[in-house]
Amino acid sequence: MTVLICRNYKGDVDMSEIDHFLTLLMQQEEEGLMCPVISHGSVHFMWIKHILYYFDCLFTSVCLSFVCMFPVQVFTEYFKELEEESIQDNFVVVYELLDELMDFGFPQTTDSKILQEYITQEGNKLEVAKTKVPTTVTNAVSWRSEGLKYKKNEVFIDVIESINVLVNANGSVMSSDIVGSIKLKTMLSGMPELRLGLNDRVLFALTGRDKGKTVAMEDVKFHQCVRLSRFESDRTISFIPPDGESELMSYRINTHVKPLIWIESVIEKFSHSRVEIMVKAKGQFKKQSVANNVEVRVPVPSDADTPKFKTSTGHAKYVPEKNLVVWTIKSFPGGKEFLMRAHFGLPSVENDEMEGKPPITVKFEIPYFTVSGIQVRYMKIIEKSGYQALPWVRYITQSGDYQLRTNA
Amino acid sequence: MTDSKYFTTTKKGEIFELKAELNSDKKEKKKEAVKKVIASMTVGKDVSALFPDVVNCMQTDNLELKKLVYLYLMNYAKSQPDMAIMAVNTFVKDCEDPNPLIRALAVRTMGCIRVDKITEYLCEPLRKCLKDEDPYVRKTAAVCVAKLHDINAQLVEDQGFLDTLKDLISDSNPMVVANAVAALSEIAESHPNSNLLDLNPQTINKLLTALNECTEWGQIFILDCLANYTPRDDRESQSICERVTPRLSHANSAVVLSAVKVLMKFMEMLPKDLDYYGTLLKKLAPPLVTLLSAEPELQYVALRNINLIVQKRPEILKHEMKVFFVKYNDPIYVKLEKLDIMIRLASQANIAQVLAELKEYATEVDVDFVRKAVRAIGRCAIKVEQSAERCVSTLLDLIQTKVNYVVQEAIVVIKDIFRKYPNKYESVIATLCENLDSLDEPEARAAMIWIVGEYAERIDNADELLESFLEGFHDESTQVQLQLLTAIVKLFLKKPTETQELVQQVLSLATQDSDNPDLRDRGYIYWRLLSTDPVAAKEVVLAEKPLISEETDLIEPTLLDELICHIGTLASVYHKPPSAFVEGGRGVQHKRLPARAGSGESAESPDVGQAVSAVSDAPPAVIPSQGDLLGDLLNLDLAPPTSNVPPVPSSMQMGAMDLLGGGLDSLMGDESETSASHYRTEVQSPQPPECSERELGGDVGGSPAMGVSLGGAPVGMPAGLGAAPAVGGGLGDLFDLGGGVGVTAGSYIPPKTVWLPAMKAKGLEISGTFARRSGVIHMDLSFTNKAMSVMTDFAIQFNKNSFGLAPAGPLQVLTPLSPNQTVDVSLPLSTTGPVMKMEPLNNLQVAVKNNIDVFYFSCQYPISLLFVEDGKMDRQVFLATWKDIPSENEAQFQIKDCHLNSDAASNKLQGSNIFTVAKRTVDTQDMLYQSVKLTNGIWMLAELRIQTGNPNSTEWLDSRCRGVRNASAYILVYDICCVESFEYVKMIRQQIVDNREGSSSEVPILVVGSKRDLQRHRFTQRRAISVLVKKTWKCGYVECSAKYNWHVLLLFKELLGIAVARGLRQNHASIRLQGALQRNRCSVM
Repeated sequence: MTVLICRNYKGDVDMSEIDHFLTLLMQQEEEGLMCPVISHGSVHFMWIKHILYYFDCLFTSVCLSFVCMFPVQVFTEYFKELEEESIQDNFVVVYELLDELMDFGFPQTTDSKILQEYITQEGNKLEVAKTKVPTTVTNAVSWRSEGLKYKKNEVFIDVIESINVLVNANGSVMSSDIVGSIKLKTMLSGMPELRLGLNDRVLFALTGRDKGKTVAMEDVKFHQCVRLSRFESDRTISFIPPDGESELMSYRINTHVKPLIWIESVIEKFSHSRVEIMVKAKGQFKKQSVANNVEVRVPVPSDADTPKFKTSTGHAKYVPEKNLVVWTIKSFPGGKEFLMRAHFGLPSVENDEMEGKPPITVKFEIPYFTVSGIQVRYMKIIEKSGYQALPWVRYITQSGDYQLRTNA
Repeated sequence: MTDSKYFTTTKKGEIFELKAELNSDKKEKKKEAVKKVIASMTVGKDVSALFPDVVNCMQTDNLELKKLVYLYLMNYAKSQPDMAIMAVNTFVKDCEDPNPLIRALAVRTMGCIRVDKITEYLCEPLRKCLKDEDPYVRKTAAVCVAKLHDINAQLVEDQGFLDTLKDLISDSNPMVVANAVAALSEIAESHPNSNLLDLNPQTINKLLTALNECTEWGQIFILDCLANYTPRDDRESQSICERVTPRLSHANSAVVLSAVKVLMKFMEMLPKDLDYYGTLLKKLAPPLVTLLSAEPELQYVALRNINLIVQKRPEILKHEMKVFFVKYNDPIYVKLEKLDIMIRLASQANIAQVLAELKEYATEVDVDFVRKAVRAIGRCAIKVEQSAERCVSTLLDLIQTKVNYVVQEAIVVIKDIFRKYPNKYESVIATLCENLDSLDEPEARAAMIWIVGEYAERIDNADELLESFLEGFHDESTQVQLQLLTAIVKLFLKKPTETQELVQQVLSLATQDSDNPDLRDRGYIYWRLLSTDPVAAKEVVLAEKPLISEETDLIEPTLLDELICHIGTLASVYHKPPSAFVEGGRGVQHKRLPARAGSGESAESPDVGQAVSAVSDAPPAVIPSQGDLLGDLLNLDLAPPTSNVPPVPSSMQMGAMDLLGGGLDSLMGDESETSASHYRTEVQSPQPPECSERELGGDVGGSPAMGVSLGGAPVGMPAGLGAAPAVGGGLGDLFDLGGGVGVTAGSYIPPKTVWLPAMKAKGLEISGTFARRSGVIHMDLSFTNKAMSVMTDFAIQFNKNSFGLAPAGPLQVLTPLSPNQTVDVSLPLSTTGPVMKMEPLNNLQVAVKNNIDVFYFSCQYPISLLFVEDGKMDRQVFLATWKDIPSENEAQFQIKDCHLNSDAASNKLQGSNIFTVAKRTVDTQDMLYQSVKLTNGIWMLAELRIQTGNPNSTEWLDSRCRGVRNASAYILVYDICCVESFEYVKMIRQQIVDNREGSSSEVPILVVGSKRDLQRHRFTQRRAISVLVKKTWKCGYVECSAKYNWHVLLLFKELLGIAVARGLRQNHASIRLQGALQRNRCSVM
């Protein structure tokens, strides 16, 4: 294991401690008890795996547990792809970033957009005028710089809902929830003040209006730009948006929804000879809507061979490295039902290493539709220069963690 | 053009080149060079030699370059404190730079340079920066105070920085406030009683206002600080809660957890019938659930915290069972944690769902997870009475699967169910008995035996069943043995007629053939009970058992309360108080939940809840080593324990020493006793230095003389060089030193003996001894004047001797020695005097002169006096030398009745500069390989075998198998169906390791189990072997089948992988890096 970059914030950890990390990790892996927090003596490692590279944080004292996620995020935004090469290529910037992100173990600024303003990759070309600290770093509004200018003032709002479903082998829905997120792409001049109106049930109850459908959000999380106390008191979502792309809020809805794509499967395994799979997929959503890029992933035993498929629509493919059959349907209209049959041979010698029972997973995307019925009622944009700005809204529903257990 | 090129230069003389480049006139070239230096530093090369050159680059207006130089300074200033002073001027200048970025950078870097001399220069600039007009500088300076405090706390207090920092809490900029709070909290941790963070309603109000405005991380500092505050009453507590709850909607999960912590803590003060209390409970659930939609690592942290919250206030999440259902693709650590929470939340309302899930999990493949799931079913049965029947039938279904570990786990939990609900489910016993043969884990066997014994009257063949276990009684683990003993006694009490023989058998096994005291004692108790009063025995043994509790693994309440105060920190992840894993004084404070309003304590709550007990100045050394509970107890104790480690009674220590020393000494010449340890000493003189060559000429081959001095018992020694009584005790003496284990204070000093009696020297008596103190040989002499007149003008001279000992200075007897006066003199000796071989070797002839006459005497010094401190030989050199020692230079001795284990012996010997180079364990023998260097450069190598078992085997393994030594990788193949083949592999592997001593970890060994296709007939579980091979042996492990060509390729791929990786490790760091870069391109077959 090579250390790509290291920064010792407090100077109380011996950098050779990192050598213990990999051994400990391997040991845990062997025991089948991996855990993202490992301790060795008085040193504690926290790690996350990001495409084969480990990011470690070492601590000797009690520290915030959430620190190590953020560098990764920031680096990703800086370099697009975070790999060994990209770190080496930019190690100077990485050090500068690490310096700004944290000081003496205290996280400071983790907003990559603001960081980009004063830590640039072309450090040597900095002119004196530009090396001022952006006031934003220490401002109350730490996420938006002043003096932005756009010819055309627009804001794009994406409402994306992901459905997480867990269905039991006997077809009963064990858990289902919707995780929604509202993303903004802001191209607005100056320091605009925005207000977003949703058909939020609590808000409507507060104001006494109850026209039309409302949505009860179980839990809402906001970008730091949203005034939380204001939301707490009168459910108004008001904020000064960060420039460019950002996730304004996310919410979770517990209401039970019918799984949008219902799968029935029969997997029959005849030991030493063959496996027969029958999968029926049914679109349980409005006829006007169409699900795009539907992928039904059906697990097969790892030693299966000679695949044969028959599908009523779409295309089935065997992916042996993942032990899966992937059934792809480019467009899947609501209310329709499709069928796929697969047949595999099994070797006469049985692989007797126990295999798990992976569930069937489904991926899909349904545009112009939110399963919860959430709507953006209005987006008010007020800026002191008084320009007119256009909000654009897009809705999309997609699959999240969508699992159906099988009986095989 | 990218920067990765800097990582690839591997040329020699690089440092020199860099030096030149750093001093170049061209700015670009300079910058390139600094980049290269930093790159080298990153990969771990030592570039500290370039310090002055890099510091020279500091004065630049290029910000990027400046940052790099600062980075370098932070890394190396500590190792070059004097040079670091050179940088001070630039720092001070930079702190006044018009550019705030540079000002902040300078103040930040200065704080990171942990050199005492620099800190004093830091004060002035820091003071300025704390009042800087730019908030960015102020916020950086605030942190710098904490840094400075870490280096020199006194200085910070003297300079009044703490007050400035307190003022910053009222700063107009929220970011500055946040950093000031963070810095103060950090400082307060090491000053628990200083009341630094003077938390009162006014400051709290300020903090709450800043909370709304500062960045996410700032919010965390403030929330953590709020958590330390104790509100005066429930009203204040509620108002703080109200202002903190909006934070639960923050996107940053750390903010959410910190807010949860504050709320959990302050809730304690709210009366439960308050409406707001209910509202708060409802508000807490959704954000906690949402944390579970994050990345798995975050989920894990969230789950560990939720686990605490669920134990403290189960009502918060009682309706949220579903979110804890395990998904197939969850990582194992998330799965186990979810399962744990599921059991805690199980109630009558959701038990059906939970059971269905648990049954599903029990059919998965991950062994640990499956076991826990099965166990969970049992816990549900015990927790929710209504579900017990369903649980039992689920467990029976699982037993039918015949999966070995599932069956065993099920039996263990069924035992608990029987305990909880006696006489209810005994109908299932028949099914359990069917699986008797498949139980191989002690816990399951013990559980089954318990069941058979407890329900003996219902099982017709109970005696047969128990008898079958009895056959292998001595091979069972203690747990099973104890259980078997009890079960058979129970059986006897229930069916006395048929089982008399059985009970006698087990009692005799337990009392006579076992050396386990627990087992023996229990056996005797039963025996006496049964023989004196069978009725009483019945009452005792078959007494009604107390019910087992519902929750067995709850965290102890006071600990739980403390952990609640640490939500969002490592403590909450480990479920241990910080004192259990943080070294040093900080973080060891003990936090407590505030007292509930209305309780007697609330009046004095500020004191109680200030959460800083007086204990924090208790020695950290004591606390961290304790477990959670113990640490807790210690912390609660208001009187701090004494700062010393509890002293071992010294008499005991002395006793042990005497015993050891005496024993050894007396045994040196006595060979009639059974030997306990064997010594083999090989002596060699590879390159005797010039002068001694002639003198010691006879000894080059026959250095046994030295051997003699080491051993004293001449075994196969040429006669004539024989035993020298004075040194005879050499080895024994060495073992005598030091006293307790681990004390390596110094070498052995024999007591003073009279060298020159007064009769022979006209009233001058000289006694003395030799000692080696901090690398210098001393002759400690006592002069006593037993004559009637004053003695003056002392001088000393040595005759030529074997090791060239000579006085290093004149004899210092300053005052005239009056009659009956004694003076002690310590004379340092050098080894540079003239050399002549003496008989015996360690004889020293001395002449002492005074105003009366010249006197001659001779004395003998212990050979260990000449062992030098740098006598530790490199392992590789040792190995090579060891093999080249001609056998005539070897000598063997036995030391008997030395009851030291290898570590103690090694420690002891180290005190006399006999160094252990390597240690290995073969069967029952510990072998220590040791090296000794004499003052004249002669090395002695020794192999010390410490035998604990069979005392008489002195056989020499002729295991120098040279053939095995040269391979660069090994594949050891065994047959997975054949134990013997594995034993053989074990043996071979041991030989390889032995013969490659020192480099064993570098030799790739891959153990391969063949005949994978005959998997069903394997002699033991794959896991057992693979754990042994991978963990204990640190070798690779692969199983394959040649018949089906299964994993054969993988095997070679694996081997190459290891070999390549090992090969690279030895190379230069940057080559290693190159290798790593090419990893993606490298593919094998």
